[in-house]
Amino acid sequence: MKVEARPMEETEKGLKRGADIFVESLVEQGVDTIFGYPGGAVLPIYDALYRSNAPFDHVLCRHEQGLIHAAEGYARVTGKPGVVIATSGPGATNLITGITDAMMDSLPMVIFTGQVATRVIGTDAFQEADVIGLTTPITKYNYQVTSLKELPRVIKEAFHIATTGRKGPVVIDIPKNVSEEFASGTYDTTVRLPGYQPTTKPNPLQIRRLQEALSTAERPVLLAGAGVLFAEASEELRKFVKKYQLPVVTTLLGLGSFPGSDPLFLGMAGMHGTYTANMAIYECDLLINIGARFDDRLTGAVQHFAPKAKVAHIDIDPAEIGKNITTQIPVVADAKEALNALMKEEVKKKDHQDWLDHLQKKKAKYPLWYERSKESISPQWLIEQVYRISKGEAIVTTDVGQHQMWAAQFYTFDKPDKWVTSGGLGTMGFGFPAAIGAQLAKPDEMVVAIVGDGGFQMTIQELSVVKERNLPVKIIIVNNEALGMVRQWQEKFYEERYSESILQNPDFVKIAEGYGIKGYRVTKEEDVPALLEEVLYSDGPALIDCRVEKLECVYPMVAPGKGNHEMIGVTK
Amino acid sequence: MRRIITATVQNRSGVLNRITGMLSKRQFNIESITVGPSETEGVSKMTFVVDVSDDRKLEQLTKQLNKQIDVLKVSDITDKAMVARELALIKVGSNVQTQPEIQGIITPFRASIIDVSKDSVIVQVTGKPEKIDALIELLRPYGIKELSRTGVTAFLRGQQPKVIHEANTLLI
Repeated sequence: MKVEARPMEETEKGLKRGADIFVESLVEQGVDTIFGYPGGAVLPIYDALYRSNAPFDHVLCRHEQGLIHAAEGYARVTGKPGVVIATSGPGATNLITGITDAMMDSLPMVIFTGQVATRVIGTDAFQEADVIGLTTPITKYNYQVTSLKELPRVIKEAFHIATTGRKGPVVIDIPKNVSEEFASGTYDTTVRLPGYQPTTKPNPLQIRRLQEALSTAERPVLLAGAGVLFAEASEELRKFVKKYQLPVVTTLLGLGSFPGSDPLFLGMAGMHGTYTANMAIYECDLLINIGARFDDRLTGAVQHFAPKAKVAHIDIDPAEIGKNITTQIPVVADAKEALNALMKEEVKKKDHQDWLDHLQKKKAKYPLWYERSKESISPQWLIEQVYRISKGEAIVTTDVGQHQMWAAQFYTFDKPDKWVTSGGLGTMGFGFPAAIGAQLAKPDEMVVAIVGDGGFQMTIQELSVVKERNLPVKIIIVNNEALGMVRQWQEKFYEERYSESILQNPDFVKIAEGYGIKGYRVTKEEDVPALLEEVLYSDGPALIDCRVEKLECVYPMVAPGKGNHEMIGVTK
Repeated sequence: MRRIITATVQNRSGVLNRITGMLSKRQFNIESITVGPSETEGVSKMTFVVDVSDDRKLEQLTKQLNKQIDVLKVSDITDKAMVARELALIKVGSNVQTQPEIQGIITPFRASIIDVSKDSVIVQVTGKPEKIDALIELLRPYGIKELSRTGVTAFLRGQQPKVIHEANTLLI
């Protein structure tokens, strides 16, 4: 119910409330969706939202963790900043996991937190938390606005910082009195960030060195990371790869940056990557990394990572170059700019057909494999069915764990920005709310949240949101009644002592029904295809509780501390 | 290896917290930090003395500092011609007999006694950290009651000798 707000006396005098200036600033930034949750310290802001006719949609999630993951999903599929509002104290602290997740995966986010009034900051006031102290290590930057006149400039700066260079979350902490205050006139909103000038254009000298290395390489490999996606450089990457016939591997977050069904694609590398992708890196003499940060789950034991290779690393963040892996050719640049610079001049490439043949043979000999379950559903087969029936067109979101690895392995991503997963932080509870954000951003696309039975229960309350908005998000629970990856590690490395990893789950179908959502349970493989055909193409939200083989493990695998060439479970 | 790194930073609230937080999160071993206003209003100068294990770690340190949005410039001045100074206040036990002895010890260090009471004196000394270390050792037999050192602040000299040093960081 919306009643006509009474014009306030002050607005008649031409004065504006801080909260209204806040709303105007968001409009100016072109914000179309806000993920938020009201509370005491943001009451003036929510009042301003109520009174305003600003053209944005406010999405009320049911927990701050849900709303920040939803905003992350939105940011991941659009490239636009995810905008979040939460109240002070517990509202802000509930965001911490999501802010850290966004920081680790370089997602552009602008997060507003309410704060107690400036006169009581530091007195342990009701719902006070030191948001600046808490978020300093997990943000690209943060601000506490202590005077209303700073607010418009701070908001402008925050959007600039969040969306340029290496993207990341920016927190703006707004004390209640600042959003309640009145002010007149216009303010100086000039962005002054003399210490922040991200390099986007590559150094020509380093580009030349990389071209020289490419011209003499006999066994080149290209590693594509999420940086390619952030730079919207998939097309440039494809051209570059085709031109020089480079075999391609990706990181977990780089899936979709290069077509997964292309013959030059060898698969994801790393702990649960393909054997061929890992061996390609192990054997190569030139590794060209574009927009990946050599995370430990990718490299395995670093002394065995690309031991014979000259390493070239293109990254927008200079601090990533040489951090984990010694790099001979550093290129600080945006991936698109670097690829364009690389393609400007023709490089005479040594023939490396033998190398390609060698890799193709490996790829044919060591495909990803699994054994079909006799009693229940094989989780890998399930993912293959989701891929087949969605025609590879769905936006897929996941949590972290076995289901995430199976989705990465068995759903083939041919297009960019279809894969939304929590990579660096590995956050349970990410997938389902991220699907909400992705669906709001892309209302016409099929969005499938592939989640585990453990992770789903961490943000299950967001079922309210899909119901309320009738969002056609499809939830597929890969239900093995366990924290699958924990159980797998306990099986492999702790002699099957399944400490606290076996779950007694609720009836997910009834829960879905309780929220007014269609719920299905499937226990036999023969029922899966028809059910997926029906559910994936239905209107509105739906949940499928898929009972999968409980003791299934993710293979192949690099055991902790081992090199990527020492994978286990490569073949049956 | 011990390195001296200077940084100029925008003097915004929380900048020191952000920088020291980053250093501790990334496990850099900081021996001292000094911060104070510079010649430009709104800009502070920081001097770090760090102990890093190798060149890669050092490169990471300067890159991570440079990455901070409030940081304007980072320089590793260890291998350059520079002046590095520290101030120390040392409260030493003394009496009528030992006071002249203490005075005799500190004079070559160009240190001075800035407070006298019946059982102690406070010595103020400025100089390179090694000089301060040496004076502390000489005063130790008299009983050091309190000691406070500011940490090093450092500057490049106006004139740099034309010696080419090997670059410590990758050319980017």
